[in-house]
Amino acid sequence: MKRHTLSVLVENRAGVLSRVTGLFSRRGFNIESLAVGTSEEEGTSRITLVVFGDDREVEQVIKQLNKLIDVIKVSDLTDRERVERELALIKVAAEPGGVRAEVMQIATIFRSQIIDVGPKTVTLEVTGDSDKIDALQRLLAVYGIRELYRTGRIAVLRGQKTVMSEK
Amino acid sequence: MKTGAKVLIEGLLRQGTKTIFGYPGGVVLPIYDVLYDSPLEHILVRHEQAAAHAADGYARASGRVGVCLATSGPGACNLVTGIATAYMDSIPIVALTGQVPTSLLGNDAFQESDIHGITMPITKHNYLVSRAEDLPQVIAEAFYIASTGRPGPVLIDLPKDVSTGEVPEGIEFPTSVSLRGYQPTVKGHPRQIERAVDLMKRAQRPLLYAGGGVILSGADQELLALAERLGAPVTTTLMGLGAIRGDHPLNLGMLGMHGTAYANYAVTECDLLVAIGARFDDRVTGRIETFAPNAQVIHIDIDPAEIGKNKPVDVPIVGDVRQVLAQILARLPPRGSRTGPWLERVEHWRKTHPLVIRDDDLLHPQYVVRTLSELLDGDGVVVSEVGQNQMWTAQHFCFTKPRSWITSGGLGTMGYGLPASMGACVARPGEQVFLVAGDGSLQMNIQEFGTIAQYRIPVKVVVLNNGFLGMVRQWQELFYEHRYSYTELPQVDFVGIARAYGIDGMVVEERREVRDALRTAIAHEGPFIVDVRVVREENVFPMVPAGAAINEMIGSRQ
Ligand SMILES: Cc1ncc(C[n+]2csc(CCOP(=O)(O)OP(=O)(O)O)c2C)c(N)n1
Repeated sequence: MKRHTLSVLVENRAGVLSRVTGLFSRRGFNIESLAVGTSEEEGTSRITLVVFGDDREVEQVIKQLNKLIDVIKVSDLTDRERVERELALIKVAAEPGGVRAEVMQIATIFRSQIIDVGPKTVTLEVTGDSDKIDALQRLLAVYGIRELYRTGRIAVLRGQKTVMSEK
Repeated sequence: MKTGAKVLIEGLLRQGTKTIFGYPGGVVLPIYDVLYDSPLEHILVRHEQAAAHAADGYARASGRVGVCLATSGPGACNLVTGIATAYMDSIPIVALTGQVPTSLLGNDAFQESDIHGITMPITKHNYLVSRAEDLPQVIAEAFYIASTGRPGPVLIDLPKDVSTGEVPEGIEFPTSVSLRGYQPTVKGHPRQIERAVDLMKRAQRPLLYAGGGVILSGADQELLALAERLGAPVTTTLMGLGAIRGDHPLNLGMLGMHGTAYANYAVTECDLLVAIGARFDDRVTGRIETFAPNAQVIHIDIDPAEIGKNKPVDVPIVGDVRQVLAQILARLPPRGSRTGPWLERVEHWRKTHPLVIRDDDLLHPQYVVRTLSELLDGDGVVVSEVGQNQMWTAQHFCFTKPRSWITSGGLGTMGYGLPASMGACVARPGEQVFLVAGDGSLQMNIQEFGTIAQYRIPVKVVVLNNGFLGMVRQWQELFYEHRYSYTELPQVDFVGIARAYGIDGMVVEERREVRDALRTAIAHEGPFIVDVRVVREENVFPMVPAGAAINEMIGSRQ
């Protein structure tokens, strides 16, 4: 069992997201993370999915995804050289004078931006791979996380390869 | 200008559709108005479920796409079982549903149901049309998707304003369809073909395991050629019956839960299993770990997702079964009788473990099926309901041609048979179409006697009437200590019901009356029903208990 990162290029048609996600729940798969956005090509979208399962199960899901008429291409990026990113917005309890300076220091170490400051909170924006965001989240939990927003993960192959350039 | 409804019917006619099965309602009124003076024939069923099954039966009997039509909400929902039935057996149908106007979508409007969402997991693809001008493209795509690759049902949901919407008179209909996300592989990969041929050349105990895919792709000739060239026996699934003549010396009949003992033994002992358009369903394999334990496996299927799904495969070949078999035959040299000892062994099992009927004066259901088989002698189409009637027909009828056997396999839908046989009758005019039914199943869509009577559809119905939900009763007898919980049915006067609809029939209570009654049915011009009061507690044997290996059968007599 391991985590798989799947990149799915789809026709941008009504219902395509529920076709894709419906297939996962029907086959008993939990989606750990999901990100959807337009792709470089007009009329298509790219869905990045992170799922947990053994190779054979995931292979079956990929085949089932490929059967969907609106799915143009499915790529398993799991064992490939790739860059993965996730974005998080974290609102932390940090009163001026109190722990605020510490929180700002942590933000700097993690190369995250302070995007909003309130009377009792500061809000950080951070991008990175999941481990980095997990680590930051753990550190900030000590001060009290008021709200946390994490996007799904997206991933891209390194170098000049693209998911469309290969069979 | 012309309306979307007109474009729809024109589109169907352009696809070669001659008959559709349907039921009207509010939001499909514009479509029914076009049908009023259209050359497209419409058959008014008595329940939308029957429209879907009839379209499915039409498709199975003809190899063409079947079409059904229903109104929104309850009408569309009534199609669901029929669509799911077609989906499980890979049958090409196009289901048309009315929908509330686009302005009301999502409003819980009167008779609104999200049939697009509801049918997503049971269709190959589906559409919610939003503009009348999209119709030509959508119809072309729907028929293309339904009938190519691994066939299956496609649903088109048509909001009322799409049917009434106006488009230019000269709107163009596409002549071909190309979809980026849908490009079925039809030719087998040459390297895999080479590997398959290699295994075939070396096999001492080869076995061909043929499924519904052989029927769907029209590969019966190629299957026979391969069997004969290899000297390999053939076993078929429930859906594959008719892929090879029932009386061919190499045919072992059906395998699996109610398969023949000799087919199941052959699976267990073969050293090469060639799965052709079959999907290793659990009713076929029993405990999968012990299925074909000594064999290398070649799996040929048009659907890559089926290959390796249930059973690891040595040589996967994605492609149209017919083309792949032709590719294999082109490379496979004729060979001597290397399989002689294997065939002798199989023949020995056939002799020692035949399918038997008790030899007494009682009216056994299997005897009815065998007699019907003798009398029809390879002509016509046989349809079944679901349960014991289905298994006895599968076991004891000698099918000789593809598309001569129509049954709900994957979903096992009771109530499928009567409407499906209407569809088969419409698709194959002039041919005998017999339904073998159980008294339970027949009552699930018995209202279709109305349709059959109205259009004089010459379906012949043979009820194996045992006063039980027989297959369930059998499980209760064998695995629940004879506790017949809610499986007994009171006697029904089926002939009386048929007569009330204007259909003729007769009751048979004695074994010696069976042959003449069936002759009468065959000779009868219109629809006819024979209500046969069979031995009530007969069981379907052999039987592989759930979860057992397929060579561990009960009720196989030595
Ligand atoms: C719609 C539906 N409901 C329930 C079942 C479960 N089931 C399978 S066989 C069977 C009994 C069928 O009885 P009958 O039609 O009388 O046929 P017999 O087995 O007696 O030949 C039942 C209830 C089913 N297959 N389909």
